[in-house]
Amino acid sequence: MEKRGKVAGVSGPVVTVIPEKPAAMFEVARVGEEGLLGEVIRIERSCVRVQVYEDTDGIASGAPVVFEDDLLSVDLGPGLLGGVFDGIGRPLDLLGEEGIFLPKGAKAGRRKKGVTFPFEPAAAPGDILSPGDLLGTVRENPTFLHSVMVPTDQLPGKAAWIASAGGYAPEETIARLEDGREYSMIQKWRVRVPRPVRKRLPFEIPLLTGQRILDTLFPVPLGGAAVLPGGFGTGKTVTQQSLAKWSSADLIIYIGCGERGNEMTEVLEEFPGLVDPVSGGPLMDRTILVANTSNMPVAAREASIYLGMTLGEYFRDMGCNVAIMADSTSRWAEALREIGGRLEEMPGEEGYPAYLGSRLAQYYERAGRAEALGSPSRNGSITVVNAVSPAGGDFSEPVTQASLRMSGAFWALDKGLAQQRHFPAINWSQSYTLYDGMLAPWFRENLGEEWFALRDYLKDLLEREQSLLELVQLVGRDGLSEEDKWTLFMAELARVLFLQQNAFVPEDASFAPELQKLYLLQLRECDRIVREALSRGVLFDQASVLPLRSDLLSLRSLEKEEMAGRGEKWRNRLKAELEAIEVMPQ
Amino acid sequence: MTALYREGFRRIEGISGPLLFVRGISRPACGELVSVESGAGRRAGRILQIDGDLSVVQVFEGTMGLAPGSVTVWLERDVLRIPAGDGLVGRVFDGRGNPLDGLPAGFADEFIAVGGSPINPVRRSSPDIFVETGVSALDLMNTLVRGQKLPVFSGAGLPANELAVQIVSGARIPGSEEPFLVVFAAMGITRREAQFFMNSFRESGALRNGVFFLNLAGDSTVERLLTPRVALAAAEYFAFSRGYNVLVVMTDMLAYCDALREVAAAREEVPGRRGYPGYMYSDLAELYERAGCIAGAPGSVTQIPIITMPDDDMTHPVVDLSGYITEGQIVLDRRIQERGVYPPIDVLPCLSRLMNKGIGRGKTFQEHRALADQLYASYARAREVERMRLIVGDDGLTAVEKQYLGFGTAFEKSFLGQGGERRTLAESERCAWKCLETLPRSELFKLPESYVVESLGYSALPREQ
Repeated sequence: MEKRGKVAGVSGPVVTVIPEKPAAMFEVARVGEEGLLGEVIRIERSCVRVQVYEDTDGIASGAPVVFEDDLLSVDLGPGLLGGVFDGIGRPLDLLGEEGIFLPKGAKAGRRKKGVTFPFEPAAAPGDILSPGDLLGTVRENPTFLHSVMVPTDQLPGKAAWIASAGGYAPEETIARLEDGREYSMIQKWRVRVPRPVRKRLPFEIPLLTGQRILDTLFPVPLGGAAVLPGGFGTGKTVTQQSLAKWSSADLIIYIGCGERGNEMTEVLEEFPGLVDPVSGGPLMDRTILVANTSNMPVAAREASIYLGMTLGEYFRDMGCNVAIMADSTSRWAEALREIGGRLEEMPGEEGYPAYLGSRLAQYYERAGRAEALGSPSRNGSITVVNAVSPAGGDFSEPVTQASLRMSGAFWALDKGLAQQRHFPAINWSQSYTLYDGMLAPWFRENLGEEWFALRDYLKDLLEREQSLLELVQLVGRDGLSEEDKWTLFMAELARVLFLQQNAFVPEDASFAPELQKLYLLQLRECDRIVREALSRGVLFDQASVLPLRSDLLSLRSLEKEEMAGRGEKWRNRLKAELEAIEVMPQ
Repeated sequence: MTALYREGFRRIEGISGPLLFVRGISRPACGELVSVESGAGRRAGRILQIDGDLSVVQVFEGTMGLAPGSVTVWLERDVLRIPAGDGLVGRVFDGRGNPLDGLPAGFADEFIAVGGSPINPVRRSSPDIFVETGVSALDLMNTLVRGQKLPVFSGAGLPANELAVQIVSGARIPGSEEPFLVVFAAMGITRREAQFFMNSFRESGALRNGVFFLNLAGDSTVERLLTPRVALAAAEYFAFSRGYNVLVVMTDMLAYCDALREVAAAREEVPGRRGYPGYMYSDLAELYERAGCIAGAPGSVTQIPIITMPDDDMTHPVVDLSGYITEGQIVLDRRIQERGVYPPIDVLPCLSRLMNKGIGRGKTFQEHRALADQLYASYARAREVERMRLIVGDDGLTAVEKQYLGFGTAFEKSFLGQGGERRTLAESERCAWKCLETLPRSELFKLPESYVVESLGYSALPREQ
């Protein structure tokens, strides 16, 4: 028996409905003749408030409403990879075949009809199938093997029949239990509910990003959470896209949450042509896009991050390392604020609802490393990198602060650096990571003790530059000692050659950690050699005219073995050149 | 429109600012167009919100002179539409599409809803066609591409209007002589500004090749909320139904947002930053995101919104939120203006996010990015040295730093300060080289060796490999 109601009021995305029978919190409702999707977000004495995921223009008072007796859910199964979905999981690529503009009330199926997937059974009749157990696998594309698992909300049961290998449509039954239950490749999951795991695992492996400043100074582990706040034009999007392209995650979920339409287009045009450095297939084969651009309905923006997280958890349960990039948390928070305002809620800080922090926490805490339910045992992780767009570039605003509370790494983007075209414009003195200690064993094992010394060298150099620059403001560069002049020069080299990284130049876009270590070594040795010469009486001006910058730059483009060999040769030449300089007797 | 009878509603509960609170309307729809009849004639309005049997109606012409008891509200059972067709070109309309030039409304091919729908991001194509505006600071350092939304951030008294006109009349897609179709949306600008725009458009010929919507400062504020939507509906029609390249100039977005705030205040909404409503970001996005190109279709909508920064404050919510949605910004600066440089563009905070897509080999020239980066790096350094000179004096500067000061002056005076002249990209490039020549060779580190040798006539440095 369907539960119905009637529209009694409309205010932006919030519709007031008088239901015939009580509705449940977060129950899905279809509003108006067009059947616009919505969710019950507040229940009052005689009416309920429904947030509608589409434009409410044209909804008339008295229009019919149908309650669906379920929470907002998404169908999980093969066919998700490479897809583009809106904030409530409708496939934009399929809707795009119908017209340029987004149609209203669309209920298009989640995936193309008539597509079958090659199923390979992994379970056999007689097996006891528990939640999360592997039923079989599907070769979804040349690089990705999709695991078909027993839905995690089912009780165990004995298998009576398992489909034999072959092509099946996602909805077709592929397993039947003795008690009559049937499983297909698809499982439905409620997006606001975290998927269960067997146990949470500690953070110990870094997510390698290929970005020198991040891997060296501010690493984040698989399963960790990083925030990337920055005003407009500071490079949030480019940084996230670099991570999507180059990081060591198996799978990327990119949530465009209230951002530009053209940015989504860019990803859509660029990724299919890019080669995944790990698998060799197209990058799009390991990417899912959730696109709820800024001009799309605001309530769906609120839902989009939960959808993205649910997709992430599904792949984590297969044993994948998933990275979720959400751009941006601020737009999501503004959606909360907008809806809160329509409900006439008492506002908290800067008009944001008082539950901003707890909602953010619900999202961030779904990240992490975990052992999935079922057998064979699988470990997966979800790493979150969330961009924040603070109003006026001011980090003290509530969304940035709430995000900082929930995350372990803070990559602060700096407008000043961006204006100098220093990219990625990550401010090295403001940023931090709290995962250092947890990741130290991994770095020690893989890059050796030397790694820590080199890192400290870089940090120390940058710190000394900072304090010298303050001094220069008072006395001018000429007032510095030769040694200090060199420190400034060397720090600039380190900034330009190591911290800056050009995402648009293919050779520079990604830099492996071993190379980072080796290159840092070149920098430190160069510093040491010149300092020796300076102590011998060579003047700063004599040393700085040497083409150090271009030489170090050409070293940077070399492969590992070559860099080691050529670097040594170059250092010897540098030493000789410096020794050839005649020193005035003091 | 085909209904045999219409129902009128007279129970006015209250009037506040531009809003009319009407009780008992039968089956009102959100966003529906209504006409409001009083002794003084007919006005138009729109249903903004429905709360039980109380409807909030926004009256475009304002509510002055309306009294409960003498007002009847008629439902139109439609949303606001404008007639679209070739008849629009060369015409001047008011802020919601009624002719202002005394001529009758033209023939319409179709009536299009001004609200618009979001473009499916999957159907967009990345804007990547270079637009030569004739302004060096844009073409060389912050390239505009077809389908981009690139606002001008200005301050009171800064020549944003002049720059906008210069861009509009200079904009060309190289290789195609066809000028852009101009759609001009004026929101809350003064009569003086309007006169300047219309005169300049007449002189440059844009008037014959454009559609103009004027909502002046003295006109209704509620109508101001419609003006950009009407203009963008017309722009989308010409771009996506007729295949034109359309350039939309929207000025002044600050006045638009102030109108938004005015209506929000009348509705007693919870205010956000500086009293602007919390949904301003979504509202602005609805406008700005209507720029773009469609995959497989010829036309495009390029937007140049102009935003006045109150007190030159870039963190003002209108400026800030716009910056988060648009694809870059052109910033005018008072300090540069005071040095007598026109156009007074401060390139350092400027940005064109789509620049990289429209430049480079086969589009402009191969070293375009490198040259822009070099200019940025050198000019940033020059400004830093200038600041330092204030503290340590000329004596504290090194020889190279003094050369940077020279570069800074040359860059501002000759590269930025081009006046009203239209420069081709090649001319801008030559001008950039003239400035860079003042710096020693070793400082041009962003440029590839071969390019330096070729363009500056330096001999190659002897270096073993």
